Amino acid sequence: MSVTSRIDAATSEQGAPAGVPRLDVDPFSTEFFEDPHPIHEVLREAGPLVWLDKWGVYGVARYAEVHAVLNDPLTFCSSRGVGLSDFAKEKPWRPQSIILEADPPAHTRTRAVLAQVLSPTAMKGVREHFTAMAAAKVDELLARGSFDAVADLAEAYPLSVFPDAMGLKREGRENLLPYASLVFNSFGPPNQLRQEAIERSAPHQAYVAAQCQRENLAPGGFGACVHARADAADITPEEAPLLVRSLLSAGLDTTVNGIGAAVYCLARFPDQFARLRSDPTLARNAFEEAIRYESPVQTFFRTTTREVELAGHRIGEGEKVLMFLGAANRDPRRWENPDSYDVTRRTSGHVGFGSGIHMCVGQLLARVEGEVMLAAIAHKVASIQITGPVKRRYNNTLRGLESLPITISPA
Amino acid sequence: MPSIIFIHPDGSRQQIEASAGESAMQAATRNDLSGILAECGGNAMCATCHVYVDEAWLARLPAMGGAEDALLDGAAAERQANSRLSCQINLAADLDGLVLRLPDRQL
Ligand code: HEM
Ligand code: FES
Repeated sequence: MSVTSRIDAATSEQGAPAGVPRLDVDPFSTEFFEDPHPIHEVLREAGPLVWLDKWGVYGVARYAEVHAVLNDPLTFCSSRGVGLSDFAKEKPWRPQSIILEADPPAHTRTRAVLAQVLSPTAMKGVREHFTAMAAAKVDELLARGSFDAVADLAEAYPLSVFPDAMGLKREGRENLLPYASLVFNSFGPPNQLRQEAIERSAPHQAYVAAQCQRENLAPGGFGACVHARADAADITPEEAPLLVRSLLSAGLDTTVNGIGAAVYCLARFPDQFARLRSDPTLARNAFEEAIRYESPVQTFFRTTTREVELAGHRIGEGEKVLMFLGAANRDPRRWENPDSYDVTRRTSGHVGFGSGIHMCVGQLLARVEGEVMLAAIAHKVASIQITGPVKRRYNNTLRGLESLPITISPA
Repeated sequence: MPSIIFIHPDGSRQQIEASAGESAMQAATRNDLSGILAECGGNAMCATCHVYVDEAWLARLPAMGGAEDALLDGAAAERQANSRLSCQINLAADLDGLVLRLPDRQL
């Protein structure tokens, strides 16, 4: 595979540092979305730190460096944006997130609120219902036999549980996935995906802004729980809607792509599906391993707050560093047989949910959804056949499918 | 090199050699110990690395942080006065011989 193609004349080369391998790889291109793995390997093998000419940013693709950057949030900050855009130089396209795009100490306070709303105790409250809904969904799909595993399963199941768990009204929910897709495209460079998403964003933004208000969130849901924390003065009444917005932005499309990744794995690797069927208690790990294997959230940026040395190279202040979570999750320096999907693998330590202070605050909810869906499949489904062309969906941050036609048979 | 002893719910004892600076959770997962899941990888965000600390050692451990305290309330197995998250126990040399009991479940 060629990694040296055209160097875009529009990007400055001034930042290109001596000694750091320079690559002409565009991680926000169709070629990359179609098959990132050979490019990940090139990035990892080029060195612990690389420079991407196309966008004038540093990149880290090995596990050790990705982990190190994630775990030094004061040097590699989030408050200047976790996309390519540097908020110190460019106005954010929407009011900045007060958790994802915040640093300590501000982050510490808002994070504690969402961590409590999505705590292990809170999960006990939704688990039973989520389990019943997963079983019902699999029964319905078994009755149909053939369907699209993206629209009818990976999207349909989270849509059947998450908006209700948040306490959202029924009307307008069709805005949720387009809004999330917009948010995750916006972390990318000003390419067509990002520009078009932002141009079409107004109705989705208006919907989400309204749903974040207290009066639109049903009592007992996660949204109302966030607002209740304003009564306790842990956050201000102005901050509560912004934290609800974080859950709406990050809580749906991610699990769609996580569950989609898991089903795609089970469909492609029948031996692993057989292993799961023989021991359905592996469901939770089978989901976790799919997150490692496919990394539905592929990349995030950080911005340096000072001059820093990383892997023997000096990085100046105000530089963007792109972390390749998907490449770290398959780094042979960290993982045995990284390119095999293994439902019995010890997955602890993968960075599919990030690591450090910003590590996914919704990870427990994601695991409940993934586990109960895979357990229902393990109990009820005997075989999964891919029956048509598999189409990829293009997004600057999210990796997933547009279409996965399958036929399943009952156990 | 501190060594730690895990006691499984069935009473069997397993000794593990840890590297200095490692957490008890890291030592356990590195040695493929069953009974510690550590789904969040040591970030004090999942409560699947729950252990009961032997009484003799309890006071010698570093103090519990707020996140750990809150998470332990939601741990799958019952929280007891000696409950800790093993990812928050850094194995300094003075913890050589530390005894940790494993709960009957982490989920
Ligand atoms: C499989 C599903 C999911 C994946 C792969 C995923 C991935 C991630 C990753 C990689 C981060 C780290 C961002 C960073 O370091 O800058 C993150 C943060 C976050 N996630 Fe998730 N996520 C998932 C599900 C969810 C769900 C279900 C929710 C909410 C209900 C959620 C809400 C959030 C929020 C609010 C943050 C920001 C946390 C912070 O900055 O402290 N995510 N997620
Ligand atoms: S490993 Fe998750 S809390 Fe310890």
